[in-house]
Amino acid sequence: MIYLQLFWSFFLVGLFSFGGGYASLPLIQEQVLKINSWLTPAEFMDILTISQMTPGPIAINASTFVGTKVAGLPGAVIATAGCVTPSCIIVLTLAVLYYRFKGLDMVQGIIKGLRPAVVALIASAGYSILLTVLFDSDDYTFRLSDLDFIAAGLFAVSLFLLRKFKLNPIYAMLAAGIVGMVIYGFLPSF
Amino acid sequence: MKKDRHFYWRLFSSTFTLSAFTFGGGYVIVPLMQKRFVKELKWIEEDEMLDLVAIGQSAPGPIAINTSILVGYRMAGIPGALLTVTGTVLPPLIVITIISYFYIAFRDNHLVKALFKGMQAGVAAVIVDVVIEMAARIIRNRRLLAIIVMALSFIAAVLLKINIVIILLFCGILGAYTTLRSKHDARSSPDSGKDESCAEGSGTGGSAGKKEGSD
Repeated sequence: MIYLQLFWSFFLVGLFSFGGGYASLPLIQEQVLKINSWLTPAEFMDILTISQMTPGPIAINASTFVGTKVAGLPGAVIATAGCVTPSCIIVLTLAVLYYRFKGLDMVQGIIKGLRPAVVALIASAGYSILLTVLFDSDDYTFRLSDLDFIAAGLFAVSLFLLRKFKLNPIYAMLAAGIVGMVIYGFLPSF
Repeated sequence: MKKDRHFYWRLFSSTFTLSAFTFGGGYVIVPLMQKRFVKELKWIEEDEMLDLVAIGQSAPGPIAINTSILVGYRMAGIPGALLTVTGTVLPPLIVITIISYFYIAFRDNHLVKALFKGMQAGVAAVIVDVVIEMAARIIRNRRLLAIIVMALSFIAAVLLKINIVIILLFCGILGAYTTLRSKHDARSSPDSGKDESCAEGSGTGGSAGKKEGSD
């Protein structure tokens, strides 16, 4: 039952992505690449790229994209519903508790414990994304001889501009895209 | 406040437009919501809104979704929450559905492929930048336990390939345990009054907001 599977996978993504934004990245990666292989690593990169240019949280964008690809429009709706269902249940429960008890020490404690782990998991997702971009590798392993020098150069310059000049991420990405289009576009072998 | 069709339409259209114009996701939408619901519509008090944002951030799931659910619930109970979550989800759902059809058709174009390949290098840089920022914040806090948890989680995920959910569950339990212990320690020390008065303060703000909302 593909619909049930889509719902469940994105339910888990919604349920365990604490901290918003990039926190859902490693979970989406695990669900759509490792457990279900609904996307290739290249397609996963594409959805990240598209997410940066379109409205809405990455998790929602990814559920819609994967849902459409795997099972058309109904798939998109079901995957997206799966992704927001845990939010609805948990947030509403917290809201009721907030208006009744106010103190949320326990929740704060859990979040505090999760924060460093979330950073580490985003880092691990970032690591494998970097390997995909630089070595076209879909695992945590790579061969140095496979290094894509153009991608490495674009990556290094973008990162430098982001760190040094706090460049807007959208501009960094668009600039890398345009330079990439010019360079790769003229490579006959690409 | 009269809860007629016009009210529900404004609740829905506010979240819909906010979501439609929030690019890159995440924290961007929160200040926009604050502006819309606190400053423009004057539906929610500033302090209560801050509490709602804090709750939204402490729950799992996208922050934009969580905060909009809270605003909807605050304004019109469960039906309000369903209305606002639909309003927030629809724009990305529509946009991505259209793009994914169009993307599958255009992906094989040589230039589009080259553009995407270049942009991916940029995306990788953005993510590495975010990771450096976040990790630096954890390290700067100089809490040894947090740094150890971060290092071990990374090793567990990359080298040992342990399931992410298991790592998160373990760290959540660890966080709950350390909170319980520090609370237990605080109770036996003279500092304990401080925390309680803080909780009291935010509590009264919240209940005042609730009363206002129920009429």
